[in-house]
Amino acid sequence: MFSGFMTNTWIVATIVAVVAGVVGFFVVLRGSAFVADALPTGAFAGAAGASLIGVNTLIGLGVFSLLGALGIGWLGRRARHDVAVALALVVMLGLGALFLSFSVEYAPEIYSLLFGEVLGISVNEIAPVAVLGAVCIVAIMVMYRPLMLSSVMPELGEARGVRAYRIEICFLIVLALATSMALPVVGALLIFSLMIGPPAAARAVTDRPLVAMGLSVVIALATVWVAIAVSYHTNWPVGFFVGTIAAVCYAAGRAWTALRRTRVTRRAVPSSPAAVPASQ
Amino acid sequence: MGHPLRAIFEPGFFTSAPVHVALLAGGVVALVSGIVGTFTVMRGQSYAGHALGDISATGGSASFLIGISPLWGFAGTSVVAAGIMDMIGVRRPRGRDLATGIVRGAGLGLAALFLYWDTTRTSTTGAPVTILFGSIFTIGSSMIPVIAVFSLVAVGIVAVLYRPLLLSSVSTDLAVVRGVPVRIAGALCLAAIALAVSLSAITIGAILSTALLVGPAATALRLTSRPGLMLTWSAVIGVAATWLGVLLAYDSYYWPPTGRGWPVSFFVVVLILIFYLLAQFAGKNARESRNEEPACSQAS
Repeated sequence: MFSGFMTNTWIVATIVAVVAGVVGFFVVLRGSAFVADALPTGAFAGAAGASLIGVNTLIGLGVFSLLGALGIGWLGRRARHDVAVALALVVMLGLGALFLSFSVEYAPEIYSLLFGEVLGISVNEIAPVAVLGAVCIVAIMVMYRPLMLSSVMPELGEARGVRAYRIEICFLIVLALATSMALPVVGALLIFSLMIGPPAAARAVTDRPLVAMGLSVVIALATVWVAIAVSYHTNWPVGFFVGTIAAVCYAAGRAWTALRRTRVTRRAVPSSPAAVPASQ
Repeated sequence: MGHPLRAIFEPGFFTSAPVHVALLAGGVVALVSGIVGTFTVMRGQSYAGHALGDISATGGSASFLIGISPLWGFAGTSVVAAGIMDMIGVRRPRGRDLATGIVRGAGLGLAALFLYWDTTRTSTTGAPVTILFGSIFTIGSSMIPVIAVFSLVAVGIVAVLYRPLLLSSVSTDLAVVRGVPVRIAGALCLAAIALAVSLSAITIGAILSTALLVGPAATALRLTSRPGLMLTWSAVIGVAATWLGVLLAYDSYYWPPTGRGWPVSFFVVVLILIFYLLAQFAGKNARESRNEEPACSQAS
C-alpha cells in the first residue's frame, strides 16, 4: 500500500488535504459553499476539453476554473449571487457535456474525473500540484487579515478600507487554483466535501481562527488518508469515502455544538445581512 | 415544405417517434421547472436546487443497478434528500448552505459507489454520462404518464401554496405574523423543487438540471417584477429553450466533428444563457432606478 506508485498518491493527496483544509476554512467562514461546489464541478469541463484537444489536464482545469471564478465575480455584481453561480456552473457543465460527446474517452476516464482516481498519479504530477498548493497557501497567508475581516465583519472591513469585491475575486482565484490541483485526485464532484466537512467540524469545536484552521487541516488529512487506504483495499471509489467521512465529520461537529450549547449561550456568529431576502 | 424550412428542420424531425416523446416530455418538464424555479430563485434556494439535482444522480445510478427506469431513482432520492436537508437545515442561510452541501456530498459519494458498480458489474458502461448529462431521445413513451403525474404533483404543491410561498419569499417575518406555516410551506416547496429537478434530470441530466430550474426563472426576474407574469415568462423561456435545443440537437446529427450529434443539454444551456443575457441588457435601463440588486449580491 505504501510502495511504488502509491507513494505518489500519498504525497499528492497529502498536499491536497492541507490546501483543502486551509482554503476550506475560509469557504465555511464566508459561507461560500455554493461557489466552492460550483467551481470544481464546472472545471470538470476544462478537463474534458483538455483531453479532447490533447493538452495537459491541469491546464484545462486551470483555465476553466479561473474563467469560472471570474465569471462568477462578474455576474455576481449584476445579479443575485446564487443565481450568478448557478448560471456560471451550468454554462461550464454544458460545455463539458459537449466536449464529452466529441471525445472518444471511455466511461472509466470520465468517471475518474468526476469521482476521483488515486491510483493513476505519476511522478510528473507531483511538482505542479506542489507548486499550486504552495501558491494557494502563500496567497491565503498574505491576505489573511483582510480576508478574515471581510469574511467576519464585511461592514467593518469596508470601513477599514478593505475592498470586499477585490477580496472576493482574490479568494475565488485561490479557490480556483485549489480546485484545479485537487480535482484529479478527489474528483470534480467531491472536492467540495473535503473543503467543507473538515472545516465545519473544526469550527464547531473552537472559535479561534488559527486553531480551527489547524484542526481543519488535521481532519482533512485524516479524511483523505483513511479514504485512500480503504479505497485501496476495497477498490471502491475514493470519492465515496471522502463524501461519507466528510458528512460524518459535519454530523460530529453539529453534535458537539448541540452539546456545548447547553453550557454556552448563543455564540456571536456573523450573519450575512442579505442572505435573508425576507428582512428587506 | 420550402427549402428554407427544410434547412431548419432536418428530414424526419416531425415523423420520428423519439423526437415526439422528447418534445412532449421535454416541454412538460421545462414548464414545471420554470414554474417551480421561479419560487426557487425568489426564495434564494438555487443552491438547494442544484444540490438536489446532483443528489438525484444517486438514485439514477442505483436504478441502473436494479434495472428500473432512472426517473424513479431520480425522484425518490431527491425527495428523500430534500427531507433530510429540511430536517438538518439551519434557519440561517449561511448554515443552510453548509447543510445542503454536506447532504450533497454524501449523496454524490453514494452515487460514485453505485456508478462504480454500474460500470464494473453490469454492462451499462454509458451509465455515468446518461445519468449526469441526460438522454432526452431515449425516454420511453411508457414514462410519459409517470412524468405527467410527477409534474402535476410538483405544480400542484406550488399552486396550492402560491400565496403563502410568495409572502414568505418576500418577508418571512410578515408571513409568520399572518399565520403562514412557514416551516411546512418551506418543506413542501423543497419537495416540489426536488420533483422538478428529478424531472429535468431525465431530459438534460442530473448535474445540469439546475439550468432549467434557475436559468429561465432568473431571466424572468430580469424582465418583470410581477409574480404572475414572472411565472409565465419563466415557463415560456424554459419550454422555448428545450424545444429549440431538441431541434438543434436533431439537426446537429450531420454536423462535424463526429456525426453523432451534439448533446441536447449543451444547446439548452447555451440557449438559456443567451436568453438571460438578452434579458439582462433589455431590462438594464428599467432596473437602473431600483437598487434592490446590490443588496442581494452581498449574499455571498
